[in-house]
Amino acid sequence: MNADSIAALLSEKFGEKILGSKIDGLNPWSVVAPAEIPDVCRFLRDDDRLLMDHLECLAGVDYKDRIEVVYIMYSMKHRHRYALKCRLPREAPRLRTVESVWGVANWHEREAYDMVGVVFEGHSDFRRILLPDDWEGYPLRKDYKFPTSYRDMPV
Amino acid sequence: MQVEYSGDVMTLNMGPQHPSTHGVLRLELKTDGEVVAEAIPHIGYLHRCFEKHAENIEYPGVVPFTDRMDYCAAMNQELGYVLAVEKLMGIKVNNRVRCIRIIMAELNRIASHLIAAGTYGNDMGSFTPFLWCFRDRETILDIFEETCGARLLYNYNWIGGLMFDVKSGFEKKVVDFINYFEPQVDNLNTLLSDNYIFIKRTANVGIMSPELALSYGVTGPNLRGSGVKFDVRKDEPYLGYDQLDFDIPVGLGEHGPVGSCWDRYMVRIREVKESCKIIRQAAAQMTPGDVQESIPKRIKPAAGEVYMRTECPRGELGYYIVSDGTLKPYRVKVKSPCFTVMSAFREISRGAMIADIIAILGSVDVVLGEIDR
Repeated sequence: MNADSIAALLSEKFGEKILGSKIDGLNPWSVVAPAEIPDVCRFLRDDDRLLMDHLECLAGVDYKDRIEVVYIMYSMKHRHRYALKCRLPREAPRLRTVESVWGVANWHEREAYDMVGVVFEGHSDFRRILLPDDWEGYPLRKDYKFPTSYRDMPV
Repeated sequence: MQVEYSGDVMTLNMGPQHPSTHGVLRLELKTDGEVVAEAIPHIGYLHRCFEKHAENIEYPGVVPFTDRMDYCAAMNQELGYVLAVEKLMGIKVNNRVRCIRIIMAELNRIASHLIAAGTYGNDMGSFTPFLWCFRDRETILDIFEETCGARLLYNYNWIGGLMFDVKSGFEKKVVDFINYFEPQVDNLNTLLSDNYIFIKRTANVGIMSPELALSYGVTGPNLRGSGVKFDVRKDEPYLGYDQLDFDIPVGLGEHGPVGSCWDRYMVRIREVKESCKIIRQAAAQMTPGDVQESIPKRIKPAAGEVYMRTECPRGELGYYIVSDGTLKPYRVKVKSPCFTVMSAFREISRGAMIADIIAILGSVDVVLGEIDR
């Protein structure tokens, strides 16, 4: 399926829960209402026309006025790719986990929390992954202040 | 696997400094005697926040940083990045650049798989294959050194071209190496792959089912070891890989269930031979040309985003790049194949013996520099 028909299918199925789409770029995407993300992901994985069984990438991006979480997924059977985006407020970005849809989301979500500070509700093992547990701040936020020391050690 | 535990569970730390973790990795093992109830990986010891660095330097300056992720296959790492930026900017490279890039990527794949096979043999108690593998890898590093001056971290692939053209006689040197090297693979099979002890140690251990592998986003040789025939070079081709003739080896389960450590190991050995085929064809297709003719004066992609993945020795390496129309990338996210396979480690190691943890870890062939970035 091409990006046009995937976007149309999503709009048809989820109606106003799909807040917008951009399908003419190199990486076509749809914006999804944050509360709906597990359902949309499950639909994308299980529907016979889509079968997005491979979550390729889950990235948090700080756009200064909002945080976006980008899910890039691919179908091994149909050989097509599509991206979903969730726009979240910067002060308290919260989403529901998609760990039950793709196992790999477990670590990707921990990384998104570690780097950008998105909290994933319902996650089975929610803690930092790359940085130490007592690290302060989220490095990939655009306003991140670099610490000068960590536990009295200069960084 | 379901295992009954006595309830008397002891925590054992393996790493971060442990010879078989191939880098700085800590595995928290919950053991019941010799049986591992749970192996929890703790990563991040090599974290340098490459993605933050990338946001603060201009596009071409990111290339050397990508080298330092998977330092065993730096050519492939930078290739993925430059292809992503080229896709974002719509740059097309000429045939010479394409052929040299393919040769370099495949040579580096051979070098990387040689490290994987050699150290895996070493982990399993056989030291000779390690020396044989490193001896042959040395010739590849010599070719790299002659071309770009570096043996490990190359900065050779540039956005739109290459750092230098290859020296005269390069094709001959490469083909000579392949002619010498192909029989060596058979020697390695005699010495290690078909070795009775080696098979006993690996063939029934660390079974990864195709469903588990797909759910955990496992890619590359580890996925193919589970019998899934998927290779980005064939299935979503870049650099014209689809015009080259080569096979995609998958795990066949000759010595036990499909998806065992031995299958993953063997996929790499068979891939090395396919790489030899590719290099031969690419060397024959080389045409004269200027390797720097497509390098833009100013690398300033229009606002937009791209996701590009390439087949690295350890799996699919994906770059998600967001551009805001300035000289520096707004966001570079790397999807590391080692990261995803490490997230499945807990599943495939459940119920294994402590000694088998080493067999499983060696068979998935991770490089910690890429996991931690």
